[in-house]
Amino acid sequence: MHSILNSILNYVHGDGLTILPQMELLLFALGILIFDFLLAENEKHWNAILALMGVAAAGIGLFMQGQRFAADIGYASEHPDQGAFPGLLGFHETIVVDGLFLVFAAIFLAATALVILLSIRYLDLEAEQQGEYYALLLFACIGMMFMASGIDLIVQFLGLETMALSFYVLTGFLRREKRSNEAALKYLLLGGFSSAILAYGFSLLYGASGGFTGIREIAYSLDRRMTTTDAHGVTDWLVILAFVTIAAGLFFKIAAVPFHQWAPDVYEGAPTPITAYISVASKTASFALLLRLMTVVFGGSQPTWVFLMAGVAIASLTWGNLAALTQNNLKRLLAYSSISHVGYVLLGLVAGNLTGLIGIVYYLLAYVFMTLGAFATIIILRQRGIIGDEISDLDGLYQRSPYAAVLLLVFMLSLAGIPPTAGFMGKYFIFQALIETHHPVLAIFAALYIVPALYYYFRIVVHAWVKRPGDAAVPLISDAQLVALTVAAFVTLAAGLYPEPFTRLAHYAIGP
Amino acid sequence: MPFLSNHLLSVVLFTPLVGAALLCFVPRALSEYQRLIGNLFGVLGFLVSIPLVRHFSSGSGDFAFKESADWIPSIGAHYALGIDGISLLLVMLTTLLGMLAIFSSWSSIQLRTKEYYILLLLLQTGMLGVFMSLDFFLFYVFWEVMLVPMYFLIGVWGSERRLYAAIKFFLYTLAGSVIMLLAILALYFNATKLTGVQTFDIPSLLASAQFFPDALKGWLFWGFFFAFAIKVPMFPFHTWLPDAHTEAPTAGSVILAGVLLKMGTYGFLRFSLPILPHDLYMRGKIIHIVVVLSLISIIYGAVVCLMQKDMKRLIAYSSVSHMGFCTLGIFALTPHGLSGSVLQQINHGISTGALFLIVGMLYERRHTRLISEFGGLATPMPNFAAIYLIITLSSLGMPLLNGFIGEFTILQGAFEVNHAWAAWATLGIVLGAAYLLWLYQRVVFGNVTHEVNKTLPDLNAREYAVLVPLVIIAFWIGIYPKPFFAVIGKPVERIIQQVNPEFYHNVSPIGEGHSASPVVGAAARVDAAKASVTVVEGR
Repeated sequence: MHSILNSILNYVHGDGLTILPQMELLLFALGILIFDFLLAENEKHWNAILALMGVAAAGIGLFMQGQRFAADIGYASEHPDQGAFPGLLGFHETIVVDGLFLVFAAIFLAATALVILLSIRYLDLEAEQQGEYYALLLFACIGMMFMASGIDLIVQFLGLETMALSFYVLTGFLRREKRSNEAALKYLLLGGFSSAILAYGFSLLYGASGGFTGIREIAYSLDRRMTTTDAHGVTDWLVILAFVTIAAGLFFKIAAVPFHQWAPDVYEGAPTPITAYISVASKTASFALLLRLMTVVFGGSQPTWVFLMAGVAIASLTWGNLAALTQNNLKRLLAYSSISHVGYVLLGLVAGNLTGLIGIVYYLLAYVFMTLGAFATIIILRQRGIIGDEISDLDGLYQRSPYAAVLLLVFMLSLAGIPPTAGFMGKYFIFQALIETHHPVLAIFAALYIVPALYYYFRIVVHAWVKRPGDAAVPLISDAQLVALTVAAFVTLAAGLYPEPFTRLAHYAIGP
Repeated sequence: MPFLSNHLLSVVLFTPLVGAALLCFVPRALSEYQRLIGNLFGVLGFLVSIPLVRHFSSGSGDFAFKESADWIPSIGAHYALGIDGISLLLVMLTTLLGMLAIFSSWSSIQLRTKEYYILLLLLQTGMLGVFMSLDFFLFYVFWEVMLVPMYFLIGVWGSERRLYAAIKFFLYTLAGSVIMLLAILALYFNATKLTGVQTFDIPSLLASAQFFPDALKGWLFWGFFFAFAIKVPMFPFHTWLPDAHTEAPTAGSVILAGVLLKMGTYGFLRFSLPILPHDLYMRGKIIHIVVVLSLISIIYGAVVCLMQKDMKRLIAYSSVSHMGFCTLGIFALTPHGLSGSVLQQINHGISTGALFLIVGMLYERRHTRLISEFGGLATPMPNFAAIYLIITLSSLGMPLLNGFIGEFTILQGAFEVNHAWAAWATLGIVLGAAYLLWLYQRVVFGNVTHEVNKTLPDLNAREYAVLVPLVIIAFWIGIYPKPFFAVIGKPVERIIQQVNPEFYHNVSPIGEGHSASPVVGAAARVDAAKASVTVVEGR
């Protein structure tokens, strides 16, 4: 007995520690599935509470990882002869716990917690309060965390698919709703298609590197390959093809133009908390993966792909902003606006220097909270008998619920990038990076797109603040929703008014 | 209270914000209390700014009342405040007009009073922050933040086309600001490369900018130019102005014309001049473009005024014309031009602010702004007519009133550089007299053409309280402008020495003739004296 305990402890301190938060989430997710059977129809809220506890437990696990990581960094800095410290490695160097993972995992957990808080009343209104929903949310979160911690193509792909499969189901969770079903099917078909392309790209990398799946080994052999091809003056089409297919697969996940068509339909059809979740967490996770692949595997070939990336970024900015101008459905509008945000983040990758990478992390952090906040306001509008996702449903929100209206204004200002909000700081770093890397034209483009963006965000504000309320009732806001709104607004404002700690966090994610 | 006296600027800056925060907690039904608190903090905001004048010493021309605290150390942004003579005048103008604007809304705003006062107070903090910031990052934050309350003031309490005007104002200004943000970032990046120190400190960034290659300085200049030109507004970036000024509520128009436009000229003075290229050809080209645009603004604005049927729109266009004088003075790059420009900014705030208040008073009585609806108001409202006349004369540049001093000094500065500039600008003054007097004639003189106007009440005590301080200041500047020039003199001299040091080496005969005026600094006088000594020796 004692030896079993010992080996478990050993495991937890070794490989086990590297996946501790994921395991905790898994435990709670499975627990919810079983526990759900014991609950009566009117006690289903306990599932949500259990899920929140799971997130909290994972948070503690993450904290333990952070402690260990900090200790190991300290050790490594005292012993520089042992080489650069890559982070806590586990499972034959397929999983890493480093600053990037810790920060992104914290973002995922925060987003999951907020989405759970926002879901409770929404599911009540939809009469779909079920345990699977929360279990699937946790499964999706597990997938995202593996996307951020995987340094092996297989782990990354499995993480991506775990997340995507959970989302396909969650999107169609409103069984009786036609729009929800349609969205799920669309998402499934296009998502499967893009995953296939991504897997194809991975297989090309596997071949081109001579049979490796670990991204650092791949990077190393690609570098050697490049020196030989450069010496012979030939273009390495295999690697370019691998890059293009992988990028296309991930562009789909982050909804960058021209792989964005699914986004507005899926956003509109999915249950609103899931829309929020797809919009923030799935996008952030895919960016974590993109960041790892682009900086490690394709880091050496940056000059060759930077044009493609810049083109996609500008296309996303243009299409996202222009299409958002005329939307009257709030969820569709936010879908297009999120496409434009992807453009800004990709510009950080185009710059590719330290400021740019910090900008990406900062931008994503800001994006998660401001977008969740904006969706939270839409979720509040969902009342008995009111769907509440049209822009006119906001009319007179200020008279009906001043607190929600003030917070909505904060979120819209942040999305548009007006100081002193988190969104402005994110854009600040991106612009700074573009200037530092001598891309003034891109910077001017990106900066001027704030103007149309402000126009459509302020259309929302006008409806909420200036238009008179019709016969719409005062929205009932549950305590959980209030907490979620307040937290989102707090972070959005704090990261704008006092950005220093958040800047440090972004620094921490990127590493020295 | 050493803490307060060490943080005088912060106190002035945040007093309105405290008022706004307090107002948030007043229940919406108690509109009387909201009004009281709003006015209380308006007055308080002015009172706490008075010590600035008392303790300001114009000795060195350096920034006074400096404060600095770390804000975002990782990028070198500080919470840094400080004012020199130029900003002092603009700060005082802001607190004064802010107080009067709040006071003038006592009876005219009945709808959503709570938010109205909150927004006005927020706006005041934003504007003060722009004039006080010694850190580019902080400056940009205030510059942008201020747009939001102004948007709502126009969009909620404005007249018929308010939403259109509000968003137009916001988008125009924003387009300029984001380009300015990039210019700030480029300035910051290049200065960091040069000095190795990451900082947004305005004086040190502008000092490093002296060592930039001229091509870069040219780009930076145009980057800043759009933001300021839109704000001023300079032809052809002025089209937001007539809409915004016309649709805004009275207090909004007063603040817009009185203070907001000055942010553009302040930017030109503070940031654009020091980054002018050294190369004479490049510099000449830039100055030529800006001056020609200023002259077009002066004349175009005045001509358009002659065609207006709406009083408020007329005064709005007159701002384009008057602000053209300010930019002309700045880009003449002479002490006279510059100090005249600063004074004219104050004058414009006083006169045009008062004109908007006057139109607001008429609007409150008749709910129309059409000139044709009035006529013969001298009969029912004699006191109103008297004050209106004083303000009209002040705006058109009548000697003994403030406008004359400002315009004259600017013209003098322009004349020293280029006679043609002064000639064209003088045409603007003639046209200005034409449209303002014609407006006055149509509104006040003649027979009472509309039955309703016969029974209009004359000014009440509150309206006197709003207008009389402005009239007093108009006379003060007109009769005894010395204290104002004394405050402006040193900072202007510093700017000229940085931007156009040649000026002091070859003071032209015209400049020398006026060197007794307090405008021209000590260095210039010494140079002029030396020059005359050599002339004597040569004989």
